[in-house]
Amino acid sequence: MEDWFPLFCGAALGLVLWRLLVVYAFTGKPRAPGSRAFKTLVVLGSGGHTAEMLNVVEMLRPERYSPRIYLAAASDNMSLPRARAAEEKSSSAATLVGARHYLQIYRSREVGQSYLTSVVTTLMAIAHALWVVFRIRPDVVLCNGPGTCLPVCVAAFLLKVLGLKWATLVYVESIARVQKLSLTGLILYRLHAMDLFYVQWPQLKERFPRSLYVGRLM
Amino acid sequence: MEPSGRVFVTVGTTSFDALIRIVDSNEFQDVLLSRGYSSLRLQIGRGTYLPQITTRERDDDHHRLRVDYFTFAPNLGEQLSSADLVISHAGSGSIFETLRAGKPLVVVINEDLMDNHQCELAEELARNRFLICAKPSTLVAAVKAMELGTLLPYPRSSPAALVAALDKFLG
Repeated sequence: MEDWFPLFCGAALGLVLWRLLVVYAFTGKPRAPGSRAFKTLVVLGSGGHTAEMLNVVEMLRPERYSPRIYLAAASDNMSLPRARAAEEKSSSAATLVGARHYLQIYRSREVGQSYLTSVVTTLMAIAHALWVVFRIRPDVVLCNGPGTCLPVCVAAFLLKVLGLKWATLVYVESIARVQKLSLTGLILYRLHAMDLFYVQWPQLKERFPRSLYVGRLM
Repeated sequence: MEPSGRVFVTVGTTSFDALIRIVDSNEFQDVLLSRGYSSLRLQIGRGTYLPQITTRERDDDHHRLRVDYFTFAPNLGEQLSSADLVISHAGSGSIFETLRAGKPLVVVINEDLMDNHQCELAEELARNRFLICAKPSTLVAAVKAMELGTLLPYPRSSPAALVAALDKFLG
């Protein structure tokens, strides 16, 4: 029996690597046309990040990008009310019924938190993000930093590798980043995890050629 | 000379005592007086320094500058629209809200912030002459020397192109 164990491990590893290759091969490739609705996960990063994201969400067609699930850090008590107010202003009551959800998740790191305790809280945030994303299984994930969105993107990417759900991952770097990517942006760019990676300044597009530039949000 | 000249200083949701201290100084307020401004309203956010001066009067012609402050307001739009000059922290929200309102803007960089990526934005916009960029230590000189006529209107942008690209990608 013991002889089978290495074989089993090898096969499992091979399977994961093969899935990883498949996911990377199709990352950034447009989806086949179809006129269905997309379950959209919107990660709100607090403050200016939330403002920029809501600016984008406001322009999404209400019935096509539906249902929508808004995620914000547990320490952020401003973003979800702002999202709710924006939704109630822009969509008719009929489209909203049961189609808009607002959830809080653990944050990996608070501003000024020490790097040592950050490791523990990041692991917790990843576990919680995995749980939330596995339950939601979104078609589209929209995020724009900061750290809150990192575990969410990793979880959604893992879902793709495991073949449980194919989500289109979209990252929009903040307008405040002119010369350099944010740490979150840089990690997601280097991981090749996002299908669409937008920057808001042409200087950044030049430095990071896989990114996309279609003008600024504001 | 700016007619009626109202100056609005905003730090958003941050605390930026270094800025509030400077705009609360006689030196700064004399510059505002000499440029014809008559009121100075401060939004001080989470700052702990409270402004001391309520009125500053110039000796020679009794020209007056009225000063008041508040911590937060649900909507800064009203303050922005009634201002003739806005002095702001470098947060992107405040910057673009002011530029959209079409008000002349001096952005002051908070040098106490550790990861100060926000000066990238202010400096880039200043290079394009959409606003004036200063530090607390250079604010007095910047306001003294500013030529608001040389500022250019910010061309408003929108997420429409990004959303269209996303729509296309999803098929």
